[in-house]
Amino acid sequence: MPDAVALYRTIRLIRRFEERAIELVRSGDIVGGVHPYLGQEAIATGVCAALRPDDVITSTHRGHGHVLAKGADPARMMAELAGRVTGLNRGRGGSMHAADFSLGILGANAIVGAAGAIACGAAWAGMLAGSDRVAVTFFGDGAVNQGVLLEAMNLAALRRLPVLFVCENNGYATTMPTAGAVAGTITGRAAAFGIPASTVDGMDVSVVLDAAREAVERARAGAGPTMLECLTYRFDAHHTFEHRVRLRYRDDADVAAGRSRDPMQIQGARLDPDERTRIDVAVETVLDEAVRFALASDHPDPAGALDHLYASGLRARPGVA
Amino acid sequence: MADVTATGGTITYREAVAEGIAREMRRDPTVVCLGEDIGAAEGVFKTTVGLFKEFGPRRVWDTPISEQAIVGAAMGAAMTGIRPVAEIMFSDFLACCWDYLANEIPKVRYMTGGQVTVPLVVRTANGGGLGFGAQHSQAVENWALAVPGLKVVAPSTPADVIGLMAASIRSDDPVVFFEHKGLFASKGPAAPEGHVVPLGAAAVVRPGADVTLVALASTVPVALRAAETVAAEGIDAEVVDLRCLVPLDMHTVLDSVGRTSRLVIVEENPYQGGWGATVASIVADEGFESLDAPVRRVAAACVPLPFADSLEQVVLPTADKVAAEVRRLAAY
Ligand SMILES: Cc1ncc(C[n+]2csc(CCOP(=O)(O)OP(=O)(O)O)c2C)c(N)n1
Ligand SMILES: [Mg+2]
Repeated sequence: MPDAVALYRTIRLIRRFEERAIELVRSGDIVGGVHPYLGQEAIATGVCAALRPDDVITSTHRGHGHVLAKGADPARMMAELAGRVTGLNRGRGGSMHAADFSLGILGANAIVGAAGAIACGAAWAGMLAGSDRVAVTFFGDGAVNQGVLLEAMNLAALRRLPVLFVCENNGYATTMPTAGAVAGTITGRAAAFGIPASTVDGMDVSVVLDAAREAVERARAGAGPTMLECLTYRFDAHHTFEHRVRLRYRDDADVAAGRSRDPMQIQGARLDPDERTRIDVAVETVLDEAVRFALASDHPDPAGALDHLYASGLRARPGVA
Repeated sequence: MADVTATGGTITYREAVAEGIAREMRRDPTVVCLGEDIGAAEGVFKTTVGLFKEFGPRRVWDTPISEQAIVGAAMGAAMTGIRPVAEIMFSDFLACCWDYLANEIPKVRYMTGGQVTVPLVVRTANGGGLGFGAQHSQAVENWALAVPGLKVVAPSTPADVIGLMAASIRSDDPVVFFEHKGLFASKGPAAPEGHVVPLGAAAVVRPGADVTLVALASTVPVALRAAETVAAEGIDAEVVDLRCLVPLDMHTVLDSVGRTSRLVIVEENPYQGGWGATVASIVADEGFESLDAPVRRVAAACVPLPFADSLEQVVLPTADKVAAEVRRLAAY
């Protein structure tokens, strides 16, 4: 199990990855923008630290943190964001669809709420294969109002599937405050299906890790799904377009209050300052290389635009010509 | 079909569904089923008879009424080593889980740069003619046709059900498998053990020289009846059963039209956006020189399917409507 240093390192990696990605959005090297994970790093880090390499995760539109915490190569991840052929998805996915199946990363998913059912299926497949691997599905506070997530929780509870439902309650769904959209409570949704659920401090990685460990153990032991609601705050924009188009839904005081607890500072304070500096430098080196690799990589060959649709090699356009 | 003999006796289309699945479940332990009422009850159309008894609740999962979770879970399982066969009871209900069929299943391989295969089958009872009303009767194969990344299969005979089921379950690509409700009671020769019909191979089910009728699933018997009617009048119609919309066997269609120079397309989905429009456009594009007459489409009218028999017959393609078009083209 990872120690305090390793946890900090992952948080730092995600934090700086996101800041570097935003720079590349500003410079035009990443088109289409990104949904920054800034402020939420302790959740992906803590949950993924409780997992084995063969466990699987599904991620969201705000997915960079999950993908990195599950072990994706930051350089290939950055290359994917920049739409390069060396990217995790050969440039076919982009920020919202990064996946690495060899690491159990079943993909970031840009349809809010859709991944929960997919995680259930992956958990079921593990059971059928006689494995004790677990599936984690990350989703936001906005996703708890999607009907499919309730279908997925019901299914998971009925079949005692080894699924961990991780809600990242960051206060907003785009501009909608959680309280304006969620009747009842988030954990109450899980409780309705008999799924144990708890609300934890999503800013403290050690708290997240402890809660995730317990849930993962439960799932591995065959006791079924668990839900964790992790309270956090989105430090930056919903999406980088918001850097240019100001959306009025939270004021400076709200942002200041939300940012007052920073998961990187909370975990960093637990480290020896010299060690922390060494990690920061090492992370920067990794990201320098990631950015260099991404920008030096080729764009996908236009001739390959139709590749990878069907495993059988079928081209989509019918006819004999 | 040369490889299907009558010596094995006959089987109904509905029995063929269960038989086709059972053969694949015996052959491959990673094949599993999930859907509503498919287990102990053996399916509301009795298309899963015997599966629960033979394979048990571990491999035959009776799910709640949760179309999104059924198809979403099938996808998750298919991406992680299992070959799920998911049932959506009526094809109209595909709309309830359309996100998975439009955004998730067909896109994940492409958008991850070919990292993953999604070997699943979504089986569903399609089409009208049984008086089930507009929300349980629509022929929606054109919905699936509109989504790049899906394969679309719609058999017309029991032997094809078995052979195409085998190919669909073995396919590493996702397949939407349309079983026609109006054909469930129909009988045909049983398929021999090991019978596989490759996806994308149309069949000439009635050879003819004067006009080509291209049909799918329920419209194959409709086209065959029309062909018999016009045969008595001296018109020799060829009937092509497409069997699949994706892959679409245009070789067989263009070859037939090359010989007959006339084409009538018979489809149950609505005219607007129906699969016949794709077939017609490819013939116009790639077979124009073969044609001696306009291409005609006999499709369902562009309305929800009405309930009363007398109205249903107005909306759906019938042998009389097809025969009338064939006569017009023959005289053109
Ligand atoms: C089905 C669907 N509806 C709407 C959207 C547009 N959208 C993208 S992210 C988002 C907000 C999601 O909020 P939440 O789940 O809280 O996640 P967060 O953005 O806060 O991380 C919306 C509405 C979408 N991608 N998918
Ligand atoms: Mg949110």
